[in-house]
Amino acid sequence: MINANAKKLLEVRGLKATVAGIDILKGIDLTVRAGEVHAIMGPNGSGKSTFAKALAGHPAYAVTGGEVLLEGKDLFALSPEERARAGVFLGFQYPVEIPGVSNSGFLRLSYNTVQGARGCDELDPLEFDDFVRGKMKLLDMDPGFLDRSVNDGFSGGEKKRNEILQMALLEPKLAILDETDSGLDIDALRVVANGVNGLLKPDNAVVLVTHYQRLLNYIAPDYVHVMEGGRIIKTGGKELALELETRGYDWVSEEYKGRAKAEA
Amino acid sequence: MSVTAIHPYIGALLKGSRELPQSPAGWLNARRAQALERANALTVPTTRDEEWRFTDITPLTKLHFQPALAAAELALADIKRFLVPEAGVRLTFVDGLFAPGLSAFAELPAGVRVSTLAEGAKTQGTALEAHLARHAAFENNLFAALNTSYLRDGALVTVAKNQAYAVPVHLLFVATQKEVAAYPRCLVVAETGAECTVIEDFVSLQDGAYFNNAVTEIVVGAGAKVRHIRLQRESLNAFHIAHCAVTLDKDASYLSNTVTLGARISRYDLNVAQNGEGAAMKIDGLALISGRQLADTHTLMAHAKPSGRSEQLHKTIVGGAAHAVFNGKVFVHEGAQLTDSAQQSRNLLLSGRAHVDTKPQLEIFADDVKCSHGATVGQLDAEQLFYLKSRGLSDDTARNLLTYAFGAEIIDRIPVRSLVERLEQTVLEQTQGPEPEARP
Repeated sequence: MINANAKKLLEVRGLKATVAGIDILKGIDLTVRAGEVHAIMGPNGSGKSTFAKALAGHPAYAVTGGEVLLEGKDLFALSPEERARAGVFLGFQYPVEIPGVSNSGFLRLSYNTVQGARGCDELDPLEFDDFVRGKMKLLDMDPGFLDRSVNDGFSGGEKKRNEILQMALLEPKLAILDETDSGLDIDALRVVANGVNGLLKPDNAVVLVTHYQRLLNYIAPDYVHVMEGGRIIKTGGKELALELETRGYDWVSEEYKGRAKAEA
Repeated sequence: MSVTAIHPYIGALLKGSRELPQSPAGWLNARRAQALERANALTVPTTRDEEWRFTDITPLTKLHFQPALAAAELALADIKRFLVPEAGVRLTFVDGLFAPGLSAFAELPAGVRVSTLAEGAKTQGTALEAHLARHAAFENNLFAALNTSYLRDGALVTVAKNQAYAVPVHLLFVATQKEVAAYPRCLVVAETGAECTVIEDFVSLQDGAYFNNAVTEIVVGAGAKVRHIRLQRESLNAFHIAHCAVTLDKDASYLSNTVTLGARISRYDLNVAQNGEGAAMKIDGLALISGRQLADTHTLMAHAKPSGRSEQLHKTIVGGAAHAVFNGKVFVHEGAQLTDSAQQSRNLLLSGRAHVDTKPQLEIFADDVKCSHGATVGQLDAEQLFYLKSRGLSDDTARNLLTYAFGAEIIDRIPVRSLVERLEQTVLEQTQGPEPEARP
C-alpha cells in the first residue's frame, strides 16, 4: 500500500557492487517505504540476485560505491547477523542444506536471537514448539520438517516453504525474497503468497525479486522495477508486470537506450 | 629369561614386568615371555618408520612410566559422571588395576559372561587360551608386545552360541596417578550367532601425564555381531597408544564407533580381518582435538574371503595447533571376490595452524570387487555460514553449530543414547573455545 508519508525503510543510492572483481551492480537507486510491496523483475543476469544478496551482506559481493540506509542508518556498517537482527530478511533462491543441524533447533535459535535483539522474550523449547507448529499450520507445512536437518533432502518446494516459515517466525521489517517463486507448483506458490500477504503490515515492506509475473497474481505489488545491466531501467505500477508478461523485456531495454541516447 | 632390551627406554618401561607374579596358567606365562622377548628386541618407533611417519612420540620417551603398585582409593561418587545408565555390567579398572568396588555386576543371561581375565583364566581357560594374545600380533609391534608382557589382568566378555545380549557392557578405565603406565587388556568372544555391545571407555580424574597402552582382541564367530564403542577421553597431557584386533568369521558383523577427545598424543590401530565369507564391518570414527594434541588413527580392513563388506567414515575436527593423522588401508586379498568397500576420510580444520595428514589406501588383489575411497580436508562452508548468519546467528554461534553438526553425524550413530547426549554436549563445549586465528 502506497503512503507517501510512510517511513522510509530502505534507501538505496547509486549502489555499485562487484563479484570476483566483475562489476555487476552499476548504480541502483530505490526507495522502499513502510507498507509497500516492490517487485524487481528483469532477464537473467540483470543483477537482481546480486542486489538481494548484497543487501543481506553475502561475503562474495563487494560493495564498491553508493550507500544504503536502513531506517536512516548505514546498512553496510552492519554484519549479516546484525542486519538480520535489525529486521532484514533474505529469502534465498537456493536455500542451503545443513546436514546435522536440526531444523527445529535452528529455527528456535534464530527466533530467540532476533527476539533478544528486539528486547522481546525468548521462548523455551516447549513454548517454541507450539508457536512454530501454529505457523506451520498456516503455511500448510508438515510438522515432520521440524525433526529433519535444515533443508537436508528437502525438495525445491519444501525448501522455499521453509524460507517462508522463517520469514513468518522472524517477522522482518524488510523481507527480500529472491526468486522464492521459481520452481514452485501452483499450490506451493499459493502457500508462499499467503505467507507474504500474512506478513504485510503498515510498518513493514517486501521486495520480491522475480523472473515471472505469475507470483504477482497472488501478491499485488505497489511498484514494479525492471533491472538490466545492473541498473533499474524502468519503474511502474503493477500493470507494468502484465505488460512485461505479454511484450517481454526488449521494448523496455530499447526505450531505456533511446532515453540514454537523448540524454547524451 | 634374562634378556636385556636393546633400547634403554624400553628396558626401563619393562622393569616392572619382571616383577609380575606368574600366572597359574602356563600358556599365559609362555606368551608373556615371548612378548617380553619381542619387546626387548624391538625399538621405539620414530618418524622414520612409515607407520609412524606423522606421529612423533618423542615426548613419551622423555618420561619413565611405571605401573601403579596400588590402586587409588576411589568412591563411586568420583566416577559417577562416567557411568552409563544403559549399561548392565561395568568393570572398572583404576590405573590398570581392577577395582571391584567401582564395578557393577548385573545378573546375566545364561551363556553371557563378563569377568576379569584373571577370573576367566580359572573358569574359562579353554576360551582364553584359544584367543588371548592370539589375535593382536606383537611380533613387530612394540606397544602390543609391551602390553602383552605385562598381561596379568583385564576384561573378558564371552557370549555363548546364539545368545543375544543387547545391554551394553561398560569397561571403564580410570586414570588417577601421574607418571603411571597402565596396560589395559580386553578380550571379547562372541560365539556363533551371538550378539553383544561393548563400551571401552578411557577417562581421567587428573590432568597429569600418564601412559595408557591398551590392547583389545575381539573375536566374532559365524553370524555373530559385536558392537564396539570406544571413547578415548584421557587427560590432555596423557599418552594413549592402543591396538585393537578383530577377526570375523563367516557372515559375522562388527560395528564400531570410536570417539577420540583426549590425550596429548594418541594412537589407535584398528585391524579388522575378514576371515569368513560374507562378513561385514562398519567403522566410524571421530577425533575432536585442539591445542597441541596429536591424534593418530590407523585402520586396516583386510578382506581375505569373498563377499565381504566394509564401510568406514572417519572424521576429524582439528583446532588450535593440533594435528590429526588418519591412515586407512583396505586390503583385498586374492580370492576375496565381490568385496564391497567404501571408505571416507573427512576433515575439518578450525584454525590456520591445525594440521591433518590423511591417507586412505586401497590394495586390491582380486578382480571382481567394488571399492571406493576418498578424503576431504576443508574449513567450514562459507554458504552455510552465511545462511545461518543471515538468520541472526552470530559468527561464533554459526561456526559452533556447523562444527557440532560435522561431529554429530558420527556421534548420532552410537547406539547408546546417554553417550550420544553427553558427547554432543562435549562437542558443543569444546568447539566453543576461542579460535581467533580461524576468523578471516
